Amino acid sequence: MNRQDPTAVRFEHAAVRLGGRTIWHDVSFNVTEGEFVAILGPNGAGKSTLIKAILGLLPLAAGTATVLGRPAGAGNAGIGYLPQRRSFDSGTRIRGIDLVQLGLDGTRWGVPIPGPNRKRSSARVAETIELVGATEYARHPIGELSGGEQQRLLIAQALVRRPKLLLLDEPLDSLDLPNQAAVAALVRRICHEEEVAVLLVAHDINPILGYLDRVIYLAGGGALEGPPEQVIRSETLSRLYGAPIEVLRASDGRLVVVGQPEAPFVHGDRHA
Amino acid sequence: MLEAAIFQGLSWNPLTDLHELVSYPFMVNALEAGTIVAVMAGVTGWFMALRQQTFAGHTLSIIAFPGAAAASLAGLPLAVGYFGFCGVGALALAGIAGTRQSLSAESAAIGSLQALALALGFLFVTLYHGVLNGLDSLLFGTFLGVTSRQVAVLLAVAVAALTLVVLAARPLIFASVDPDVASAAGVPARQLGFGFLLVLGLSVAETSQITGALLVFALLVTPAATAHRLTARPGLGIALSVALALAVTWLGLALAYFSIYPVGFYVTSLSFALYLFVRVANTVAGHRRTTMRLATEPA
Repeated sequence: MNRQDPTAVRFEHAAVRLGGRTIWHDVSFNVTEGEFVAILGPNGAGKSTLIKAILGLLPLAAGTATVLGRPAGAGNAGIGYLPQRRSFDSGTRIRGIDLVQLGLDGTRWGVPIPGPNRKRSSARVAETIELVGATEYARHPIGELSGGEQQRLLIAQALVRRPKLLLLDEPLDSLDLPNQAAVAALVRRICHEEEVAVLLVAHDINPILGYLDRVIYLAGGGALEGPPEQVIRSETLSRLYGAPIEVLRASDGRLVVVGQPEAPFVHGDRHA
Repeated sequence: MLEAAIFQGLSWNPLTDLHELVSYPFMVNALEAGTIVAVMAGVTGWFMALRQQTFAGHTLSIIAFPGAAAASLAGLPLAVGYFGFCGVGALALAGIAGTRQSLSAESAAIGSLQALALALGFLFVTLYHGVLNGLDSLLFGTFLGVTSRQVAVLLAVAVAALTLVVLAARPLIFASVDPDVASAAGVPARQLGFGFLLVLGLSVAETSQITGALLVFALLVTPAATAHRLTARPGLGIALSVALALAVTWLGLALAYFSIYPVGFYVTSLSFALYLFVRVANTVAGHRRTTMRLATEPA
């Protein structure tokens, strides 16, 4: 697929309603190939909802969403997706390498037949696992691996089809700080080397701040996009929230957003 | 001697004994039926364990009991009752799963269905006064009186169901371990889940005819659970699950033929012994691995 347009995702005045409630509206942004963009915002602001709208798993109530040159819809082979989750429990008896393999051919019917195709697909799986640095433990059952190890294999699964767009929903959530930075560095390297557009939902911007190109900040039912230093400022966020917000910069460069009201529908709604 | 009392007619010469086993048509039918059922249960059981749907499988096996009881009450072949009730039961379970409630609400609904099935079975047995002789074989299985026609039906159903499972194997594994990603990639996860419950219903209906409703798990769960403990490789796991189910079925049938104890007891005890052995071996090996890891890890 050779498209002239380098735009991976374009939202124009998009809105999503869930159960009669508008999650966000009038959201417009562009993400181009090879760009690393974080989706930020408080709990319940609709960060995962945005990912699901890009995937075509949720319909738009208004506006348009164009993904890799066509309207958003399920089954777009150009998208690699890593959903929000805690982890695989220890009862999941399948190896990491099998999970990556499923990312490549898990949608095909019938059983794999040995031959040159099978060899090529195994080589692609091995290469992707090598890319994320998971070769050492890829043959262990996924449930027995640590959170960071699982996350690397899941990123490999999302990458194995050479997607043009990678959607990562809170991939850093269950990781400790050194692992958060390591995974962020890995995502940025893949983003630039493989010319993939990456949208990453994050709870805390600080571990990834140094790696990002731009941010999309969701709050108060709307969204702002731009470089982090322009978006994450007291006056911009105050306007978005419609309430006084203060952004403080610590001496080590870390950003602290003070006074952000949590959305009223936080309870049990982390997946929205 | 005790052995002589339990194992009547056993010559202790494997070749002679094997020859005797296959010289009676009823025993050949039983071995054929057992083989078909073991393959079917081994494959579907592996997927059931992967999908963590053992409770649904257990409920289907309970539903098999009123099915068989209703069939004898109506004067129909038992297989009609088994397949009919398990099929309807699978639809009901799919309906419960389709409402997308929380997991605990789902198990409560499945549990209620299970209790209803047992109560219905008891009612049918009571209505059919003369069945008491057959009650324990409905619940605990028998290998006597398997007809060639029954074997043909078992084979046809198993071939159809297993063909579907083989065709859908990869998307089904994908949707089982990773439903969100699979759906996003275009796998019809809900429809596959629905279809799998139907296949599971057929598998339980087949297995019940050998092991009885209550001992279905000996072939459906225990070999699969043992295989999952032994390997996390999908292809190898399915093969192992089938091999273990075949081994316990053949051995169980042979032991039951030569002894005074029922086949359900042997099949169940053999698979439980295997499972226990693998679990203990696993725990010991796992303990050793952890100790080694701790010893080699830098402080």
